[in-house]
Amino acid sequence: MSAVRALVDLLAGRRAAATLAPRDWDGVIGVARAEAMLATLAHRLEDAALPPSVAALFADQRAAAKVATAQALWEAEMARRALAPEGIEFVLLKGAAYAAAGLPCSVGRQIGDLDILVLAPEIRRAENALLNAGWEWVKSDSYDDFYYRAHMHELPPMIHKARDRMIDVHHTILPRTHRITPDALALVSDAVVTDDGHAVLYPADMAVHCAAHMLADGDLQGGLRNLWDFHCLTRDFAAADAGFWGKLDARAELHGLRAAVRRAARLARDLYGSVLPSGWNGQDGSDGWYRRRLLARDDWGRVTHPLLEQAFYIRSHWLRMPPMMLAKHLWTKWRKR
Amino acid sequence: MRYVSRIAVGPVQFRIGSDWREPVAALDRLYAAYPRDDARPADATVRLFAARPWRRWLRPSVHIGGDFVVPDALPLPLPMGLLAAEMAMNLQVALGWRRHLLLHASSVTKDGDALIMSGESGSGKSTLAALLGEGDWRLMGDEFTLIDPAGGDALAFPRAVSLKNQAIAEVAARVDAARLGPLLTGTPKGDIRHLIPRADAIAAMHEPARPALLLFPRFGGETAIEPMGEGEAFVRLTEASTNYVALGEAGFAALTRLVRETPAFGISYPDSATGIALVEQLWAEATT
Repeated sequence: MSAVRALVDLLAGRRAAATLAPRDWDGVIGVARAEAMLATLAHRLEDAALPPSVAALFADQRAAAKVATAQALWEAEMARRALAPEGIEFVLLKGAAYAAAGLPCSVGRQIGDLDILVLAPEIRRAENALLNAGWEWVKSDSYDDFYYRAHMHELPPMIHKARDRMIDVHHTILPRTHRITPDALALVSDAVVTDDGHAVLYPADMAVHCAAHMLADGDLQGGLRNLWDFHCLTRDFAAADAGFWGKLDARAELHGLRAAVRRAARLARDLYGSVLPSGWNGQDGSDGWYRRRLLARDDWGRVTHPLLEQAFYIRSHWLRMPPMMLAKHLWTKWRKR
Repeated sequence: MRYVSRIAVGPVQFRIGSDWREPVAALDRLYAAYPRDDARPADATVRLFAARPWRRWLRPSVHIGGDFVVPDALPLPLPMGLLAAEMAMNLQVALGWRRHLLLHASSVTKDGDALIMSGESGSGKSTLAALLGEGDWRLMGDEFTLIDPAGGDALAFPRAVSLKNQAIAEVAARVDAARLGPLLTGTPKGDIRHLIPRADAIAAMHEPARPALLLFPRFGGETAIEPMGEGEAFVRLTEASTNYVALGEAGFAALTRLVRETPAFGISYPDSATGIALVEQLWAEATT
């Protein structure tokens, strides 16, 4: 049995936990940890019949995830206290946004850095406000600093000197040099406010960003988790709003991300059993490569297809910048090794 | 992975995979007397691996990994594979364990009460615990002590004791040679030799003990006993804990309770005999 297959089947609900032999859990837990999804799995199987030691480990994970979510929301609050007095509005992105909005996919979801989006003209003021509030630069390298500022969709990462937590301040959701330019103004102006007063993306934009982050920007590292986010987001938004898929299509079109969103939907259907509307249900010959990349882990949590991993890494850079710039960038990075 | 073993230390079931036979064989020898339940799923996965396939044979060097990987951790040459395995197991517990508050501290117990000793590497906490564990104490562990957030009890993590430098001869003189692992010379931590805990320490590893005394030993210098306030003990133990922050309020509550209910002292001692005399003296005062 492939552990990564078992993990995906357990999450999708295609397979009952009771059908796993005790030792099968080694691989499932190993892969889930490698994909940063152990607490997600622990929540998914909260009521399942489990071997006692697995049940105990999962209870630990659920408790720890609750603390981690509270800490991530506290970081969001800290950012608000730094930026609000300056009149800088920001939108929470990704994990912190899912948690702030109380979305089901946030339960147990690991949240890394705090990701926020501000309007491009505000970015220098946001940077100053955060520096004044105790955040400081992580990278001291002048090329990296230049690279972020000239080409990326975010400031170089900053870390808070007392709390040791990172913040990524974005002004859009794809690098400036990317072939696709999403409508950042629409993202910010259509943001919605949660009960706690945090702004998060409009639901369709949230799903678009999830797909963009996974397929148009990244190299599919952590892809199973991002795809699980996409599966849960679209499922829950569609359950609340019958017109959701149509809105998603329109927003994807607006941001130039229709292909990424369609592919994310097909992959979520193939792996997690997402139910798609008619018209979304096609096949694409190249999806197989993505599925293979997403499932490329052995029972020890190791990546199994290094060449495929490398190919997706190169692809992510290929999408991020024009060929000459990419060549120059890779040359500079190589010389600094 | 090519070579695999399963080891249970305290509440943690490890799965250890290795590209080489030697580290796993060495672990299996050290942990032969530990209870073994091969059907129990692992809590933590440890990997000992070659960064490139040919490095399995050509100047073989052991990288440590598993559930958690430290990106810049330097590999160790294969003859130090056992040390790599020990470090990898510690790393997985330090970064992954969430059920208990994890203190980087040794501990021993007597009559259901626990003595917890916290200090930097070289403070002598391992040596003192090992020596006490050869007397009328039960060794709970030389590296980690686990505090149950629910009840405040200390739980044992009696891995093979890692004896370093001068401590090797001191302990070797008192124990059966069959309880010692191979001598590892010239490691980044100096000479290292592992001591298999006594059978009673392994048999009773799931029995909790009530914290009764907290010591912060410092090897070398004049003999001294300094009573330590709750605040200082608290701050020192937050620094000695690898998961205090991750546990959030539960960690704060567990640690607050520990320092409020347990008398704490810093001790300095020039040699082990003096150290043990200080421990016994403070223990007698704390538990009467």
